[in-house]
Amino acid sequence: MQRFWFLTFDGLAAGAVYAAFALALVLIWRAARVVNFAQGAMAVATAYVGYAVVGATGSYWLGLAAAVLAGLALGALVERVLMRFVGPAGPLNQVIVALGLVLLVQAVLGMVFGNGYRPAPAPFDTDALTVGGVAALSPYDLWVLGAALTVVALLALLFTRTPVGLRMRAAAFAPEVSRLLGVSVGRMLTLGWALAAGVGALAGMLVVPTGLGLHPHAMDLVFVVAFTAAVVGGLDSPVGAVVGGLLVGLILSYVTGYLGPDTTPLAVLVLLLAVLLVRPGGLFSAARARHV
Amino acid sequence: MTAVLEVEALHAGYGPVPVLRDVAFTVPAGTVAAVLGANGAGKTTLLRTLSGLLRPTGGRIRYAGEDLRGVRVEHLVRRGLAHVPEGRGVVTELTVAENLRLGGLWRRDRADARRARDEVYEIFPALARRRDHLGHQLSGGERQMLALGRALIARPRLLLLDEPSLGLAPTVAAQIMALLRRLRDEQGLTVLLVEQNVRTALSVADQGIVMSLGRVVTAAPAARLRDDDRLRHAYLGF
Amino acid sequence: MTTPRTGSTLLRHLAGAVLAGTLVVLLTNQLPPYENLQVARVCAFLCVTAGHTVLVGLNGQLSLGHGALMATGAYTVALVQRGLDERAVGGGWWVLPGSLLAAVAVTALGGLVVGLAAARLRGPYLAGVTLAVATLVPAVTTIFTGVFNGEQGLRFPAQAPPAALGPYFQPERWLAWIALAAALLTMLLLANLVRSRYGRSLRAVRDDEVAARLAGIPVARTQVLAFVVSAGCAGLGGGVYAVLTATVAPGKFPLDLSLFLLMAIVIGGLGSLAGAVWGALLLVALQDLPALLTEHLDLSTGLAQRLEGNLALAVFGLILIVVMLAAPGGLQGGVRALATRLRAAVRRAPDR
Repeated sequence: MQRFWFLTFDGLAAGAVYAAFALALVLIWRAARVVNFAQGAMAVATAYVGYAVVGATGSYWLGLAAAVLAGLALGALVERVLMRFVGPAGPLNQVIVALGLVLLVQAVLGMVFGNGYRPAPAPFDTDALTVGGVAALSPYDLWVLGAALTVVALLALLFTRTPVGLRMRAAAFAPEVSRLLGVSVGRMLTLGWALAAGVGALAGMLVVPTGLGLHPHAMDLVFVVAFTAAVVGGLDSPVGAVVGGLLVGLILSYVTGYLGPDTTPLAVLVLLLAVLLVRPGGLFSAARARHV
Repeated sequence: MTAVLEVEALHAGYGPVPVLRDVAFTVPAGTVAAVLGANGAGKTTLLRTLSGLLRPTGGRIRYAGEDLRGVRVEHLVRRGLAHVPEGRGVVTELTVAENLRLGGLWRRDRADARRARDEVYEIFPALARRRDHLGHQLSGGERQMLALGRALIARPRLLLLDEPSLGLAPTVAAQIMALLRRLRDEQGLTVLLVEQNVRTALSVADQGIVMSLGRVVTAAPAARLRDDDRLRHAYLGF
Repeated sequence: MTTPRTGSTLLRHLAGAVLAGTLVVLLTNQLPPYENLQVARVCAFLCVTAGHTVLVGLNGQLSLGHGALMATGAYTVALVQRGLDERAVGGGWWVLPGSLLAAVAVTALGGLVVGLAAARLRGPYLAGVTLAVATLVPAVTTIFTGVFNGEQGLRFPAQAPPAALGPYFQPERWLAWIALAAALLTMLLLANLVRSRYGRSLRAVRDDEVAARLAGIPVARTQVLAFVVSAGCAGLGGGVYAVLTATVAPGKFPLDLSLFLLMAIVIGGLGSLAGAVWGALLLVALQDLPALLTEHLDLSTGLAQRLEGNLALAVFGLILIVVMLAAPGGLQGGVRALATRLRAAVRRAPDR
């Protein structure tokens, strides 16, 4: 039973990161109907920036800020110079361009920083605190949970309570109508990519110190897991992404804990297929048609 | 009387397919012009070209004396040109209140934007009652009211309306036409109205522009189109 | 476009295969061992890229899992050959074709499973699922370590040239011939498939599923079959790839391999079998360029280490993006355009 609680807390902390990462995927999907397969590689790139700043200044917080800023800039850049020109010639092209970006980013990281693992120290203790004889969350897990959930809440506020959030939603749902109403849809798209990559950068900074280490492929599996989380929640639903992230975090924690860490990729695939084949719209799919 | 909209030798189309050919007409300020014609006559294409959604392949569009070439679509509403597109004007994933808010987001004069919104709720009490409902929960008539009301929040000088009566009960359509008449008379609004329903359109229009296969076949005062049997038979089929 | 035309197409493909085969055989007779091994690797990759490009380019199903399918074929060959060897029935001439056939069968079966799921998935969803498949290799080999021997992988008896070729026959040349035979067989089958009615169904489904369905094409079955065929080719290629070194290990089939395969067929020219040849060449170049580069440039060891592999990859990644944005026809599209222009020039010349 003690192990169960430990795995539960551990899964929630990991799930919070998956949730943030899945949310970043959903943001871009909603804005541009693109699954950003390069999101993992982009997040790793910003984590390198972050830890370079940590190394130079000695401050984790400056590094975190630098990573998120780099994410915002990278996201905007990718949209402005790449994705904007792929055009709607089928989702295939967009995915392939994103994968080209993965290869490019990982190769550039390898050239600049080397392919080896670099240390990525956590800002807090990663040993679990014991509460009432049960090993629960570590201080770092608490920080991860808190940071991820804060970002989710801030994004929710941004989208539902601010003019720019309303513009972004309108631009995503009805680009043409939005333009007629004076919304600069292109700018909203850039902003959406920037925000998503910023959230991805934060998620990357949170997940890298949890045993992954910093190397060009650090986020490969995290991306697949986050994609699964986004699909579980339905690619269109931000709330779904968060719940899906926590759910997938929990499931993988139990699977890893009870069946061994090597089973994780298999569990991810089974989960992904199960959701897609049984409930393709995700657990939280809005059961309404668009444009009726 | 100054012209709000002057169209000269306008050509436009989708890819290599020409739709509009040599279209020309003027709409004087404070009048309602109805663009009439059968399906496929190019009416919707005309509106899309006027509001910049479609790039013209030739000719000139002058709005309030200015050439509109090179002006971005999203900047037109700031100049007082509002386009209510056919059918899909409402963002169905947003609530009524959000749709209306969206219509006034660009406005600097926040107080007047709020005033304009309250006026819309006054004109269409149905919208006020359904403030927090999502667009896709509205009826066809309510959606049309919402799209129209949202355009009015911009306090436009020129309103481009695409098939506002489509799928509406005759009483609702008449109500909307009455509103257009009132806005023209009280606020000097200029309207370019695309309609399939000729009777409805001519009940409010000052001028009728009849299109066929992408060309303007005749532009005449609405009264003449209404009363001249020969014209009516030839172009409007009733 | 009826029977006689089909017959001539078949003959033409056959003649092309014989010609290409003869040329490569003549070439291998001149080449030293390492270069012959490169030829063999190109041929092994060609099996994979040809099947992959038919699936992605002609049928519009984006698979990022072909690296895992290659691994399936490779491990099947290793397991079959080891099994036969342990039971002391190895050594016969039929061991190689038998194990490769098993590789094709097992991988095609795997393709059937993935394809059945894929037929219900579209665009990014399919890409995501196949990406998840691509991450499986190390996990599966570790979970069933008793069978696959985890990260160490498996060794099996190396393929020796038959005695009939004489005692001093270069082993690498023999390997190149094996791979060449597999590649020619694959190309011949696929070329005929692409030209057949089924090939037209593949394209129809890619272009417009609804229209294809209205035209009476069984969309789901076409998609599943495309996946099975493509997987079979990947299995054959993976099997041959394993034969070349007589070893398999999960490290040879990383997630990146799947991305490289996709990159190769896109740069080569999506949907074109000739483009698949370019792609196969590209994959071997990608493996060999880095060493060449660092050898010939005078670099410090640290820098050389970081550039190795990465520089070529960065360049190809960039080319992939540029090709997608600017030249969707890929290399083969460029070659074709050039050929058209040349032909036009030749045709004009006599008039002058």
